[in-house]
Amino acid sequence: MGRLNRVALGLAALTAGVFALRRARPPRVNGDRAGDRWLTVTINRPPADVQPGGALPAPLDRFGDRLESRVLPAPGNRGTELAVRLKETLPALVTSVPARLMGKDPRQEVRTALRDAKALLEAGEVMRPDTPPTTHHTPAGKVVGLLSRRSGGEGVL
Amino acid sequence: MKALCWEGVNKLSVERVPDPELRNDQDMIVRLIAGTTCGSDLHLIGGYIPAMRAGDVIGHEFLGEVVETGPGVRRHKAGDRVVVCSFVGCGRCWYCANDLWSLCDNTNTNPGIGQALFGYEAGGIFGYSHAMGGLRGSHAEYVRVPFADYGAFAVPEGIDDTSALFVSDSVPTGWMGADLAGVKPGDVVAVWGCGAVGQMAARAAILLGAERVISIDRLPERLAMTEKHIGSETIDYTSTDVAAELRERTGGRGPDVCIEAVGMEAHSDGPMHLYDQAKQQLRLQTDRPTAVRQAIHACRKAGTVFILGVFAGAVDKFPLGAVINKGLTVRGAQQHGQRYIPMLLERIEAGEIQPSHLATHTLSLDQAPTAYDMFKHKKDGCVRAVIRPGP
Repeated sequence: MGRLNRVALGLAALTAGVFALRRARPPRVNGDRAGDRWLTVTINRPPADVQPGGALPAPLDRFGDRLESRVLPAPGNRGTELAVRLKETLPALVTSVPARLMGKDPRQEVRTALRDAKALLEAGEVMRPDTPPTTHHTPAGKVVGLLSRRSGGEGVL
Repeated sequence: MKALCWEGVNKLSVERVPDPELRNDQDMIVRLIAGTTCGSDLHLIGGYIPAMRAGDVIGHEFLGEVVETGPGVRRHKAGDRVVVCSFVGCGRCWYCANDLWSLCDNTNTNPGIGQALFGYEAGGIFGYSHAMGGLRGSHAEYVRVPFADYGAFAVPEGIDDTSALFVSDSVPTGWMGADLAGVKPGDVVAVWGCGAVGQMAARAAILLGAERVISIDRLPERLAMTEKHIGSETIDYTSTDVAAELRERTGGRGPDVCIEAVGMEAHSDGPMHLYDQAKQQLRLQTDRPTAVRQAIHACRKAGTVFILGVFAGAVDKFPLGAVINKGLTVRGAQQHGQRYIPMLLERIEAGEIQPSHLATHTLSLDQAPTAYDMFKHKKDGCVRAVIRPGP
């Protein structure tokens, strides 16, 4: 593959990545700010296991008082719904696509911790990716690598 | 170690990559005995699956020998011969607990990519892009197997390596298509595609009691193989009007169950194929759903269409009107192998399923790019090329 093709593939991947980030978090619609929404997972464990003694499970507990939370039994015997969100109001710049690409949106850290809490409670461990992810470093590959690194903190939770 | 790496669109090479290591307590390391080419690999080799990286190790259907286990592994020990399900399941999330293993919540380490593409991410799979977890693939000398107690299965001594290999993916995928489509005694079942998965779906339909099973393809050697080894009737779509033939063979009703085992790079001999191919090459649609359309049109009223072939994104000219007005049930899934593998190993031991004929060619890991070239272009009647890293 020629250099121009590789660059084109990299740009295409970057465009797709930005599109994916925008797609994963819808923009403000009629006053519905995505940044105000609760981040939620359903954990296949009873409420008492999810919030033992009223505390948030690890690693969400490290956020201390910065998070508000709610815990509800999930309908249909599906376990427990755990929802969290940051108490602080985040400026638009912090939640912008560039900030999220740089991993600077604090909600990314919360979302990752929420997913990790679910995995720890259900499976006993957080599955780690293989390492190193690749031995090649092409432009397109670097974009995919960036998206992969951000992926744990992104999505529709 | 040596491994087969994706280097770009239609470019594969065998390279040296770091050995895998235990990354979690419930991991184990397997030394490869054999792996196989799969039709779904062709989609990512051809650049139709997003989020591939140059240097990614591909391959997801494999048999191996355990060489190292993490402290959290209870059911396996070094020296065990195991077949490993291509999808990784944690075993304890709601989806795994409900036998929907390919939808595991905890094994796709890149959930944001999958959620952007599909709304919710699928579970992780070996060697199948970073959208599906970015796990290293199995065309290598060694592979790391996460959640090994749930995804790896000891192979009984009476089952040969080649038969066991296909229990990793082809056999359970085919079985799942017939099972989740609700095939029952008395049904007439049509299966699009006589590759490994299509043949195994046809065999499953027979074992589940279907009255007639009719398999559809264009390659004479695959049609002959399906008749001989599976016991299915066949239709060559290059010389037969498939819809008319199916109507005639079903008393004008159409098949009760239609199983599509072709996927996003379907061929046909009509003008729609040229239309679909042009749109796919121009990236105006990601997938060519030729066989899906045909299955939906051919299916009887209130019948079931099950999509087993791999699709990645959006398709054009999807016959939604036929789905609604004929009252069809349309389902699809990636394989929930953990649900079926123990039962399938028993059936293979009993001689009810004999998949070893699928292995038309055997090559070394060094020859893996050649294996995929043969497989992709159906050279020398290749149905599946088995890749063996060892002597």
